[in-house]
Amino acid sequence: MHDVQNLADRLVDLKARYPQGQPDLVTDVVLAVLGSMTGDITHRETALLHEIGALGDAVATARREIAALKVDDITVSYIPCATDELDAIVSHTAAATESILEACETLDTLGATLEGEAARKLQDATSTIYESCSFQDITGQRITKVVSTLKTIETTIARIVATFGKASIVAMKSAPIPEGDGLLNGPQLAHSAMDQSDIDKLLASFD
Amino acid sequence: MSMDKSMNVLIVDDYKTMLRIIRNLLKQIDFNNVEEAMDGGEALSKLRTGNYGLVISDWNMQPMTGLELLTEVRKDTRLKTLPFIMITAESKIENVVAAKQAGVSNYIVKPFNAETLKGKIEKVLCNA
Repeated sequence: MHDVQNLADRLVDLKARYPQGQPDLVTDVVLAVLGSMTGDITHRETALLHEIGALGDAVATARREIAALKVDDITVSYIPCATDELDAIVSHTAAATESILEACETLDTLGATLEGEAARKLQDATSTIYESCSFQDITGQRITKVVSTLKTIETTIARIVATFGKASIVAMKSAPIPEGDGLLNGPQLAHSAMDQSDIDKLLASFD
Repeated sequence: MSMDKSMNVLIVDDYKTMLRIIRNLLKQIDFNNVEEAMDGGEALSKLRTGNYGLVISDWNMQPMTGLELLTEVRKDTRLKTLPFIMITAESKIENVVAAKQAGVSNYIVKPFNAETLKGKIEKVLCNA
């Protein structure tokens, strides 16, 4: 009974000293505790030992699984490739949009030489093209958000690897929030966005 | 009330394609004196040295955002009543409230259409 209390006290003390938890330290403690157990072992102590053993196994399994992830592939290859691909999407759609706008401006110039219904129809058509081309801006902002998220994941993975792979005693910290103030949220998804009529009502409520 | 479409309009966006789109849409409604700025700082500099009747600005720009530009405009004794329309993808309530509190004249959410742009311009200029 005394050993169990002693063990519990040691675990409480350990948790207070290292609130973030350190996997290698846990493993060391498990081994140390197992080595220090002497004399007759009661049923309760056996159960406790079993739990501590399971904890040690869980830590070892986590380490093996993280090693099997080949995290270098994620941080060195997968994420950089994904961000490069996204950058290429922005670049190619931007070039295509510029071409569309150029053609549209030509139509506008031609429209200026027309009169009546034909001129009106042509201008309506080019207006619609201009409006539609703003997709490029929205798409670009959405992709920037995705790239930022990927970089956050990359940073988080690197920290997990540092913690589990290097017996570091540096506490894990939350990944940094991407740059920008709290009001720079970018385009919202349809289910959470306000449309123009919502915004008009909100603005009118100030009057 | 008729609008003076010969006035100088400053459009502000860090994305050249968007500037081109807005310029063309303005041209279609006969606003032909349009100048451009790529961020809030450049816009503020142009506004302080030029003579403009309307500002149409994006929000999300660096280093000076559209909201910061608006705040600076409203603090400037010569510019404080200048009509200022924000065109942005920022559509959260807190964004609209912050813009209104900073003194925005009207607010257009992207993607927008030519009719919305025309309507907001008319409303802002007729109330100015």
